[in-house]
Amino acid sequence: MADNKEELEAFRGEAKAWLAENFPSSLAGQASAVLRAESVDRSNPDLDVWIDRLGEKGWGTPTWPAEYGGGGLSQLQAQIVNQEMDAIGAFNPLTITAGMGITMVGPTILEYGTEDQKKRHIPKICKGRTFWSLGYSEPNAGSDLASLQCRAEDKGDHWLLNGQKTWTSGADISDWCGVLVRTDMDVAKRDGISFIMIDMKQSEIETRPIRLIAGASPFCETFFNDAKARKDDMLGDLNAGWTVGKRLLQHERQSQTGASAGGGGGTKSSLQGIAEKYVGLDSQGKLADSDLRSRLADHMMEASSHKLTIARIVAESRGNAKVSAAASILKNAASTVTQNRAELLLEIMGHQGLGWEGDDFSAEELATVRTWLSGKAISIYGGSFEVQNNIIAKNILGLPENTQRG
Amino acid sequence: MAALTEEQTLLKEQAKTWARDEAPVAKFRETRDSGTETGFDKGVWTAMGEMGWPGILIPEDQGGVAMGHLTFGVVLEELGRQLTASPLLASAGIGATAILLGGNKTQQGEWLPGLADGSRIVTLAIDEAPRHAPLQTTMEAKAKGDSFVLNGSKVHVAEGLSADAFVVATRTSGQPGSEEGLSLFLVPADQEGLSRKGLITADSRGYANLDFSNVEVPQSALLGDLDQGNSILERTLDCGRAYLAAEMLGVAAQSFDMTLDYLKNRVQFGQPIGSFQALGHRASMLYTEMEMTRSCVEAALQALDDGNEKAAELCSLSKCKAGKFLHHMSNELIQMHGGIGMTDEFDAGLYLKRARALEFALGNEAFHRDRFATLRGF
Repeated sequence: MADNKEELEAFRGEAKAWLAENFPSSLAGQASAVLRAESVDRSNPDLDVWIDRLGEKGWGTPTWPAEYGGGGLSQLQAQIVNQEMDAIGAFNPLTITAGMGITMVGPTILEYGTEDQKKRHIPKICKGRTFWSLGYSEPNAGSDLASLQCRAEDKGDHWLLNGQKTWTSGADISDWCGVLVRTDMDVAKRDGISFIMIDMKQSEIETRPIRLIAGASPFCETFFNDAKARKDDMLGDLNAGWTVGKRLLQHERQSQTGASAGGGGGTKSSLQGIAEKYVGLDSQGKLADSDLRSRLADHMMEASSHKLTIARIVAESRGNAKVSAAASILKNAASTVTQNRAELLLEIMGHQGLGWEGDDFSAEELATVRTWLSGKAISIYGGSFEVQNNIIAKNILGLPENTQRG
Repeated sequence: MAALTEEQTLLKEQAKTWARDEAPVAKFRETRDSGTETGFDKGVWTAMGEMGWPGILIPEDQGGVAMGHLTFGVVLEELGRQLTASPLLASAGIGATAILLGGNKTQQGEWLPGLADGSRIVTLAIDEAPRHAPLQTTMEAKAKGDSFVLNGSKVHVAEGLSADAFVVATRTSGQPGSEEGLSLFLVPADQEGLSRKGLITADSRGYANLDFSNVEVPQSALLGDLDQGNSILERTLDCGRAYLAAEMLGVAAQSFDMTLDYLKNRVQFGQPIGSFQALGHRASMLYTEMEMTRSCVEAALQALDDGNEKAAELCSLSKCKAGKFLHHMSNELIQMHGGIGMTDEFDAGLYLKRARALEFALGNEAFHRDRFATLRGF
């Protein structure tokens, strides 16, 4: 795991060679086409081939310990793998096909799980064999998550779950779910919560997909009706679920710190290209709408400063994996940048940007309206914009809590 | 993008401690109240010279320490925190850069050692109107035999009263707006026909308006090539913008710290006002902006050190982002302090006044949004 320059460059060579040999070229540049938010497009059989190879190598979870099926790489080596993937249009499908397994559940199991739990759950995540969902929010427990009511009773040889979760992303297709449940009704609300991992393939669990303002969505309502979980599948101690669950959310935030180019399937330059196409240039080669031009420049600068901040935080952590309060800053910046981009795209396209379906609208236009709408969720999920600001105020700035707060 | 080196981190600490102990904002207030014309304290500037800071950008064979742009920025940031007034940025930063980029061996040998030890001050005379617009330069330099004759005026020249010489942007051909036809001259301040008048400004620093009336300078005063001065000028301005952004980050960071401290200690309705979400969230958003700004500031300085081809774009990004944040932060500094923020006795007003002067220097946010868009090709 030495990270000196020569060794890293040698590693870059190895990574390049392995990718050249193993990444199916039919998937090059297809990340956004294949890994759609609504559902993964599995029509190209090469996707499964690629998942198998990547899973076998452990590079879908590059920094996880090799003994449980991870890649065993340092942060800097993992960065190199990413860069080399980018360079040939390759991508890591596991971050999507494992559901929340890679971004959130896995790191939390590695931190809090028993040896037995790690051995049973981690290798399957690394190999892309299990899809994980998360049962956190309930109809009456959103930002105030600690008031959750879904219950688990100790039945001696198993846990019995009853109650409802909502916004359970991918619950209908998941194999496993990490659920926050109430295990003690008689203590302060944060002190009676536990984290339970449950097998979703049982008839005592019912899932109903939720239709959103952008149309079909991966979100579900999930009902537990006497559902059973193994006794040894509680993650962390009994009634310590709030700590485990909060830690998992930090991993979630970390995974939401990147701003998505989104909308119109595009990179930064495509925003510019689209503006030129719809708005036109004046005789000096400037965007014809000077007000839009200025706001576009402002947006691009904000996007750059967000990217530079991610790079700076990585550089300052000197290669140490770090889940920190900085994630809250990056998440809020990411949601602002991403939502602003979607608004700009829509404005640039004008009425054509509001097409819902049909052949009067280009694919780019139809994607824009959906991305704009679904993007409104970014500042709500994973702890809303306001919740992140509470976290920054308390954990980074050390501001006192309001004594009038409930 | 890289993190600060150990050397840079140490210097940052040194600058922070020195500014806090030896050149704090109280010292600047004294200078202001004494009505010193040059706008800075001579003793403060001498001490900086002794620490070698004016030589940070200058090569060792010219008496400097050659530590680079990011290192220079790190010092400026810490001085910005205390509003420490000195010609460091305008002379050892911008003046020295112009001579480093455009000067021949003779010019460099004549001026750089004095700039490096702080004994001489050279500053850029660029603006001719209230708003920065370098390509609109109209000041005339006409060839006359072996010399040039300069006529026109320059306004709001930083450290204009204390400068020993000026790097003067002139038009030797072409129309205002054109990149072609700009030429730079190195003109001693005591040259016949050059007069200067100090300005009294809200930020209490040393600015002067310059009047050139048939100022005759020899061919050897030309800095760089005739008519081709813009490439040197633009790179010099970009360095200046990156330095200004670093100082602005310092001014803003200190404003943030003062505000945060106040939020924790000011008690109303029986609790610290920072416990109110309406203020806590604003503090969180300011902190987020500050972190983004720091990334831009360091990235631009690093790009200058690396000779990165994106440096110009990053310098505009840095100046714009720092301006946007400082503008917001300086207003929140006053607002969140309430009544006390409005009193001259408290320091908030000094930061607010300095903030706007820095924002307008070498292009405000609108200027840099426009330039950024042009550099991106739209």
